[in-house]
Amino acid sequence: MNLKDKLVSSYLAFDDHLEDDSPIHEIRKKAIHTFEEEGFPTKKEEDWKYTSLKSILNKDYSVFPKGNKDVKFKKVRNYFLYDIDSYKLVFIDGVFSTFLSETTHDGLDICLLSAALSKSKYKAVIENYYNKAAAKNSISSLNTAFAREGAYINIPKNKEVEKPIEIINFSTGNESALMVQPRNLIVVGENAHVQIIERHQSLTANPVFTNSVTEIFAEKRAYLDYYKIQNDKENASLIDNTTIHQEQNSNCKVHSFSLGGKLTRNNLNFIQNGEHCESTLKGVTILKDKQHVDHNTLVKHNAPNCESHQDYKGLYADSSTGVFNGKVIVEKQAQKINAFQQNNNILIDDNATVNAKPQLEIFADDVKCSHGCTIGQFDEDALFYLRSRGIGLKEAQALLMYAFANTVLESVKIPELKRRINKLIANKIGVNIGFDI
Amino acid sequence: MLQINELHAGVENKKILKGVNLEIKPGEIHAIMGPNGSGKSTLSSVISGNENFEVTKGSVKFLDENISELGPEERAHKGIFLSFQYPVEIPGVSVTNFIKTAINENRKAQGLEDMPASEMLKLIKSKADLLEIDRKFLSRSLNEGFSGGEKKRNEIFQMAMLDPKLAILDETDSGLDIDALKIVANGVNKLKSKDNAVIVITHYQRLLDYIVPDFVHVLIDGKIVKSGTKELAYELEAKGYDWIKEELVS
Repeated sequence: MNLKDKLVSSYLAFDDHLEDDSPIHEIRKKAIHTFEEEGFPTKKEEDWKYTSLKSILNKDYSVFPKGNKDVKFKKVRNYFLYDIDSYKLVFIDGVFSTFLSETTHDGLDICLLSAALSKSKYKAVIENYYNKAAAKNSISSLNTAFAREGAYINIPKNKEVEKPIEIINFSTGNESALMVQPRNLIVVGENAHVQIIERHQSLTANPVFTNSVTEIFAEKRAYLDYYKIQNDKENASLIDNTTIHQEQNSNCKVHSFSLGGKLTRNNLNFIQNGEHCESTLKGVTILKDKQHVDHNTLVKHNAPNCESHQDYKGLYADSSTGVFNGKVIVEKQAQKINAFQQNNNILIDDNATVNAKPQLEIFADDVKCSHGCTIGQFDEDALFYLRSRGIGLKEAQALLMYAFANTVLESVKIPELKRRINKLIANKIGVNIGFDI
Repeated sequence: MLQINELHAGVENKKILKGVNLEIKPGEIHAIMGPNGSGKSTLSSVISGNENFEVTKGSVKFLDENISELGPEERAHKGIFLSFQYPVEIPGVSVTNFIKTAINENRKAQGLEDMPASEMLKLIKSKADLLEIDRKFLSRSLNEGFSGGEKKRNEIFQMAMLDPKLAILDETDSGLDIDALKIVANGVNKLKSKDNAVIVITHYQRLLDYIVPDFVHVLIDGKIVKSGTKELAYELEAKGYDWIKEELVS
């Protein structure tokens, strides 16, 4: 049985256990219908032209993991940014881990989506926001049909969350092949501030296929800083579907550090609904072997006087492949928009490939939009400069790669995260210098 | 220390150096002057091993060893330093991290361990003070957004840190106001000893008031056509290069 058929029949079994009258049930039924009609995206679709899912769909994934496996804190400690100075929502093989998590209901909600979906006190928020931002395409619909667990974060008006929130999904290898579909709902209230770090981490070499959906709503003057750390094992693949709706004067930033995994697809959508919004999308991609990352971004300017900044940098070694497909839409009413998009790539080996496709659709007449894209090798003058100081060719190249990727880090607001990512990048590139950051 | 014999070099099919001869001994300061396009920067690039230039004839010996086949990093390890006319901007690497890397790469080539952090810090501090460099400046990205003067001062700071046997200052005076020029020249003079040598490449005699050369050479059309003492620099400043060209023709 192929994966699609397996998923559709699994849904029928799953559906038997659901309460019939819940509004979520209706949403699920509609979603599985969409997936059944459309199936997994193929390269025939324009948006998936450069990414084939074939190599990950041919595994016999467990869709509902057998049970929860304990993971010792000591074993996974390095994947957390802080031992205690953060809120944590930890999921093991798709199941919430009470032991590793630190939730709260004290003046804000940082808890489980499963609780939010079932308890009446969250009903109003769920009705207002749940599945309102997620794309209605087949891959997001697949998540919507099965979504049971994930992060539920609701920050009330004027609340400045004092420590970062870490959302971590571990897979243990308890299943020979595992498919998980985390679902996160995040509401950042008016003038509220929050920093979130999201990570998917396999702990073994067993295949994992994660199809994740994150819906984010940033109300007026809300400030969101979101970091995605994608440094997974060689058999772990991820389709990340994140949509952010922004209201007036809100400021949202997403940094994606794509440094590992087998196949990663980032569908990152920003929808600006109010004036004076600011959106920032930054990415560092460092790949080797046959790794593949596809950044598919959309910024939709629906209101005037807004800004968006995109800056994606990629370093590709061996036979790795990358895609940057960045779409900016400026609607007719959205005058005085500043939209910038930059995508720079360095191909380290002849077999590495990058496909870059900027798309601008501008319907307003008073806008400033720019996009730039480069695919190149090393700057000869810079190499000579470094070598003339006694730095060997290989080290000079490494230093330039490090410098190239490092410029994206300037906007990382959490010093400890910056230090970690810096170290990760230096390790990936093989720069062995005692940098004190 | 440095012996250049009948050196011919150029890029692709363009000949730039057409038989340069030059000998430099420890403790000496040589100035190389000449009009635009005469090959001054090419000469400094070739000595320091820039692979964009091809040596077609002749040789460059440093400390009695032919270095023509050595890469730029190997020449640096032997003690050659080039202060660039146009230092390259490298966003994302701080001045401190860059110089630390350079120091330790040189030590590695000499078979030494990395310099201990405290020693490095002390060295950086003393050399930064010598060139009146602000500590904040050291954490900025290398040359990015630096003024002309800051770039040049940073070059001499690197020279001070690396302590080369032969330093080539390629138009270090261009883009410097008089105060910056004095600081840079003062730095170079303090680093000068009987064991090291300096080549000053310049258009103008101005810098030579502060870094006083033992010899002045005039490079025209890829050849050293006249050599003399520092008085020659004054003569060039007053009369330009045409009289030398005329001398050559006659």
